[in-house]
Amino acid sequence: MTEKFAPVDKILKEQGNDPAKLIPILQKVQELYRYLPEDVMRHIANKLEISPAKVFGVATFFAHFAITPKGKHIIKVCNGTACHVKGSSYVINTIKEKLNLKEGQDTTEDGLFTLECVSCLGACGLAPVMVVDEVVHGQISPAQACKLIDEIAAAEAKNA
Amino acid sequence: MQEEKKEQGFVTIEGKRVAIQGEKSLLELVRKAGFNIVTFCYHPELAVYGACRLCLVEIEGMGILASCTVAPKDGMKVRVNSDEIRKLRRINLELLLSSGNHDCTLCSKSNNCKLQKLAKDMDVTEIRFKSKKLDSHKDAISPALVRDHSKCILCGNCVRICNEVQGIGAIDFAFRGFKSKIATAFNKELGESHECVACGQCARVCPTGALMPNSSEIEEVFKAINNPNKKVAVHIAPAVRVGLGEIFGLKPGEPVDGKIAAALRMLGFDYVYDTAFAADLTILEEATEFLGRVKKGTNLPQLTSCCPAWVNYVEKFAPEFIPNLSSARSPMQMMGPVLKADFEQRGGKREDLVVVAVMPCSAKKSEAKRGEFYVNGNPDTDHVVTTVGLARMIKEAGIDFANLENEWFDMPFGTKTGAGVIFGASGGVMEAALRYALAELDPENARSVKFTSLRGFDVFKEKTIKIGDLEIKVAVVSGLKNARKLLDEIKEGKKHYHFIEVMSCQGGCVAGAGQPQFEGWALRKTRAEGLYQEDTELAYKSQDNSGVQALYGRILDKIGGPVAHELLHTHYKSKKYQD
Repeated sequence: MTEKFAPVDKILKEQGNDPAKLIPILQKVQELYRYLPEDVMRHIANKLEISPAKVFGVATFFAHFAITPKGKHIIKVCNGTACHVKGSSYVINTIKEKLNLKEGQDTTEDGLFTLECVSCLGACGLAPVMVVDEVVHGQISPAQACKLIDEIAAAEAKNA
Repeated sequence: MQEEKKEQGFVTIEGKRVAIQGEKSLLELVRKAGFNIVTFCYHPELAVYGACRLCLVEIEGMGILASCTVAPKDGMKVRVNSDEIRKLRRINLELLLSSGNHDCTLCSKSNNCKLQKLAKDMDVTEIRFKSKKLDSHKDAISPALVRDHSKCILCGNCVRICNEVQGIGAIDFAFRGFKSKIATAFNKELGESHECVACGQCARVCPTGALMPNSSEIEEVFKAINNPNKKVAVHIAPAVRVGLGEIFGLKPGEPVDGKIAAALRMLGFDYVYDTAFAADLTILEEATEFLGRVKKGTNLPQLTSCCPAWVNYVEKFAPEFIPNLSSARSPMQMMGPVLKADFEQRGGKREDLVVVAVMPCSAKKSEAKRGEFYVNGNPDTDHVVTTVGLARMIKEAGIDFANLENEWFDMPFGTKTGAGVIFGASGGVMEAALRYALAELDPENARSVKFTSLRGFDVFKEKTIKIGDLEIKVAVVSGLKNARKLLDEIKEGKKHYHFIEVMSCQGGCVAGAGQPQFEGWALRKTRAEGLYQEDTELAYKSQDNSGVQALYGRILDKIGGPVAHELLHTHYKSKKYQD
């Protein structure tokens, strides 16, 4: 059974099985699974000899961590002061509509996209800013955002 | 534990000079000065947290600080009720009240709620802050405990006692900002939590109505009483008699079993019994099992099994010790099958007898629901009501409890010895077992052995005792974190014992979650003293219980025999989480 968590154990070992390193451990594990599955969090808690409720508490405190599966492509739209003033809400609402995301839902039904509204990306000069899969797009308009999404969706359809 | 109180200087509190005598926090000193400030997150049994901000004081040269977080220093000048402090304290209380459900008339915790008390004391009649949406979800699937997040003020007492005293951490803070809440791992219901052992100590330290023992069974009990086709038997645990009186303004710790017997009859129960009867039965079975193990040298140390939260703990966290647990059932779970077998012997049908147990405990509610304790779908114990739950029933029925004349329990299951009664205090089960063993193996010296070192409220106690040719080492531990430590030391070979008594609640059942709420150690001692007082008025050892003797003749045959095994013993299985 432990083989299932071999990659997690490797991360834990790299961090010295140190409960004080819980946050970097969860970051690395999330890179692996794109979110933090329940059984993985339990496994981590067991290995670090801390309670799973503690791990869950940390995982739900930070916006960075996801406890439900994230989509294959992550779209981050900044809604910090500068981006907000420059109209990021329109971008967010347009994307939500395009991806058919309901209230409280951030990942599409097909698991292809996750939309995240973040507080500041530190690129206020480029406001409004959108980051798609780690690539920064500055001064984005709702139409440009839709175009980017269409391109990714088309590429995915072709690969499939 | 109390050291000689040496003065370490003086603090001036509202112009009054108060000597520092080992107080760790300024709050303790403020209270010593006679200012009984109500706090939520400060709890004398737990680590300092400093979140509720209601113990704010103004210290000259230091400004405004939470007094629970400040160590008292010589020469400090402290204001407790300056204009600014009063204003801040009021705002903090209003902020606490601004979110959540504080409809006191519809809350079981009413009259016993710190938040309500403070709002009354400060005469808060208006909240100036807009309230936010509240989490109206009720977590009520656990038979032991219910949670109502809308009444939670996030003081964290429950989180800390579960971590610090029980060493489990079944609950913790989760989510963030307005969404913050106390959650189990993965936000499961308490009844589905892999970690919760249902000890209920979280409910004992909850200042509001957010966490309480589940009282839904009270309805079922009333229904059974009023059902003409059912006979209803009730039995009360030892600790209940020294807890219930407090609720009705009687002297704390004074045993009120006579009044309880009278009240139970007035409520309409058909048979009124004493769980201490079954405690004597437990001793006969468990001590005999123990002597057998000592003779064979197997499965030692024997661990007591009468505390259901402890049994849950072993199954979930230390299954390697399952063979060490006594297979004897707890007194509650012995009483049920015995009453039902007796009822059947007298021509009744098992399902026509409803057995109700009044317990000082939340975990007992879960214990009664364990699958092993059902026969053809009919439970050995039908319902479990807490001490506080019984008080509610008495109040609802309009019974003037304080002025009741004492009555006796019904025979034969109302007979008991002092050994059965002291089960309710930490060390009591061990003492009762040793009284039995001594009388069996070394009758001449049986009464000369004193058990002072096993009584009292140290969370860890031990004793070496010579019984005939045997030298027996026993330990008594309470609080699950302390128990864990002991198990670890045994595993590492650092400690060796023959017999260990474990109670999940520090101080034993008198401090259970079903008892009237309290803080600190004083009341635990008073309640335990009540049990030891009752002990002096009764027969000394369990084998002297004439009702128990007769029961072996009539139904159980011989101690540890096949019938006794069928009715009075159980088995356990590992419930440890596996990847």
